[in-house]
Amino acid sequence: MNNSTHTSSNTTAAFEDQAVKGAGSSAEKIFGGMAKPMFKSSGKKKSPLSVALLILLLVFLLIAPIYLQGMNEMYLLSSMILIGLFTISALGLNILVGYAGMLDFGRMAFYAVGAYSAAIIAVPIASLLGETLQMWTFPFALVFAGLMAALVGWVLSLPVMRLRGDYLAIVTLGFGEIVRITIQNNPFGLTNGMLGLPNRGETIPAPPFLDWLRETVYWSINDLNFHFMVTRNVYWYYVILLVLILAVIVIRRQDHSRLGRSWAAMREDEVAATAMGVNVTKAKTWAFVLGSFWGGVAGACFVFQMGAVSPEPFNFFNSVIVLAVVVIGGMGSIPGVILGGVLILGFPEFIRWFAMNHLADIGEGIPDLVSNLRNLLLGLFMVVMMIFRTKGLIPMKPKNYALFGLGKDNEPDPNDGAASTSAASKGGA
Amino acid sequence: MEFFFQLLVDGLTVGALYALIALGFTMVYGILLMINFAHAEMFMAGGFIGYGVLNLLSNETTIGIASDALPFLSFLETTQPFFTTTALGFVIMMLITFGVSALLTGCIGMTIERLAYRPLRNSPRLCALIAALGMSIFLQNFVLITVGHSLIFPTPAFLANMNAITIFGGVRFAPIDLIIFITSIILLLALDTFVSKTRIGKAMRATSQDKDAAGLMGININSVIALTFFIGPALGAVAGTFFGMKYGVLTFSMGLFPGMKAFTAAVLGGIGNLRGAMLGGFLIGVLEALAAGYISIAYRDAFTFGILILILIFRPGGLLGESVVEKV
Repeated sequence: MNNSTHTSSNTTAAFEDQAVKGAGSSAEKIFGGMAKPMFKSSGKKKSPLSVALLILLLVFLLIAPIYLQGMNEMYLLSSMILIGLFTISALGLNILVGYAGMLDFGRMAFYAVGAYSAAIIAVPIASLLGETLQMWTFPFALVFAGLMAALVGWVLSLPVMRLRGDYLAIVTLGFGEIVRITIQNNPFGLTNGMLGLPNRGETIPAPPFLDWLRETVYWSINDLNFHFMVTRNVYWYYVILLVLILAVIVIRRQDHSRLGRSWAAMREDEVAATAMGVNVTKAKTWAFVLGSFWGGVAGACFVFQMGAVSPEPFNFFNSVIVLAVVVIGGMGSIPGVILGGVLILGFPEFIRWFAMNHLADIGEGIPDLVSNLRNLLLGLFMVVMMIFRTKGLIPMKPKNYALFGLGKDNEPDPNDGAASTSAASKGGA
Repeated sequence: MEFFFQLLVDGLTVGALYALIALGFTMVYGILLMINFAHAEMFMAGGFIGYGVLNLLSNETTIGIASDALPFLSFLETTQPFFTTTALGFVIMMLITFGVSALLTGCIGMTIERLAYRPLRNSPRLCALIAALGMSIFLQNFVLITVGHSLIFPTPAFLANMNAITIFGGVRFAPIDLIIFITSIILLLALDTFVSKTRIGKAMRATSQDKDAAGLMGININSVIALTFFIGPALGAVAGTFFGMKYGVLTFSMGLFPGMKAFTAAVLGGIGNLRGAMLGGFLIGVLEALAAGYISIAYRDAFTFGILILILIFRPGGLLGESVVEKV
């Protein structure tokens, strides 16, 4: 007995050694050794602290727009919407990069497909539903956009099935650019070129109950100069928050499913996964389809929130931003991705807001200069993060499974020290 | 037929620039297995430095400002007529412009390698990729803040006075195109000789084959990598300055598309393969020009990326590269 335990721990050490050296497949070399021994049981319950933090976060997210709208901080409110949209998109990308170990540099392509299919379908659906029902266009368009993006993801997954790592990154980069260029050139008269959608004389219909809410909900405290009403942005903030929470729940369930385990196996070592009977083709296809779906959903929210769409936002820079959100936040870690989204998109916007509102008195060109500095700092931040925190802000917690009730000892795993439990479970639920 | 040759000439000129940039990508990838996205910004930086040097040598206003700030530069006032009026002066001015631009950009490249990439050499490759993207964003915005959104690149007086050259009856090209083409060929041949014939070149080849083994054989890996990060950006800077002279305008984000296409060229030729990158550069330039001329100018860029995707799917090793067999 003693002897066998000894052997098994030796094997573990050997595995870890290999993982650290990156001596495995090419995918492992790119993504680094994430392999951890899988013998320990999870069996951890959420600590009261993390539950409390989660509730606090939710309360904050629910109250924030009321405060911001009330105090007329429109810029911060729309920044929060932007963060939400990019985070939904990044959660989708996280399926590919974090779970399945595939690089995608053209994430904006799916966002664009979602946005444009929602915009294209919105007008006919609205006329089909008629005057009174046309506010229900949004849910139809949302689902349609998600499905279209998923379809495009599936189509893209067919040719790139055998590619990995850098080559996959470059193909997706090229694909992203092709989608953008195609949209710019108005294929079949669908996208209206650089002018964008909707076409002249058409409008994207308002979402359900927005008008009703705007007229009914009103709250004003004159002493504090606080005036709240349900504006477009407040409405969309809550819708996007809802979609974001839905995305977190669904993606989390998928990660813990059989499919999620095959992604993990594939990410660590594709050849070994194939040898163990994992259907790698199926796992990759699903990663593309499900990851793209959320990109499309975010795109549909974007176009309904903005009321219009044009090809500019779907550029390489924004694809890089989405990827940076995932990698800097922590690949495969949902709380990490959310934190990454808040930092990478929120920080530059905050600097800009700060410069516009509080630095205007100092000098003439100061706000412009500071707000130009934000992207410079973002670039620097990306480099520094990669040097000092390779695995991201909140690294992925290794998944542990108990085998037939064995290994249910709740000894703390010495390798687990880095992944702080409270932080990791905070946004993970 | 004339139209075809016109496209061919245009394609070869642009292709020469792609080839110069592609070498930087392919050399870095060959040694570090890393896509150096910041290399496109070396091209951009080279263009801006070239602009500065050229103005400092030929533009009276710039010389005036410079010599007011730094008195020792006032000798430029006396050399300025020589550079702008005589043919010999023009050639020397070009050599100085390209030399300084290449030297400074090479030093920027080495600095970036030292500060941003060397600490990441043993990290997962994705980290280096993200760091390179971060560096690219940083450099673009650095230029945006310090220099501005775009600059009009001056055409040297000597070039502006020359007429377009006409061959085969109707195929026209500007003298700068000819200069670009010839200079690029010379540089490509020089680099090829350097890598295949000299001791340092041999060290570079050894390092790209196996870093650890090369280190054990007494090759200083760090200096080889630093040299790679000097040569690549230096060639990119030459391309950037030529780009400015050819198109007359520089923008802070001008590296993006030439950079992507040069990378496509490197992949087309077989990434890590120097001659492949040169061949790929010219091929991409010509194919792109033909696609723009015969198919659709609006889809020109999409066409290049389409080629890239097709190569990666059907011949991932590239034209001259070896296909990599996956080892278990």
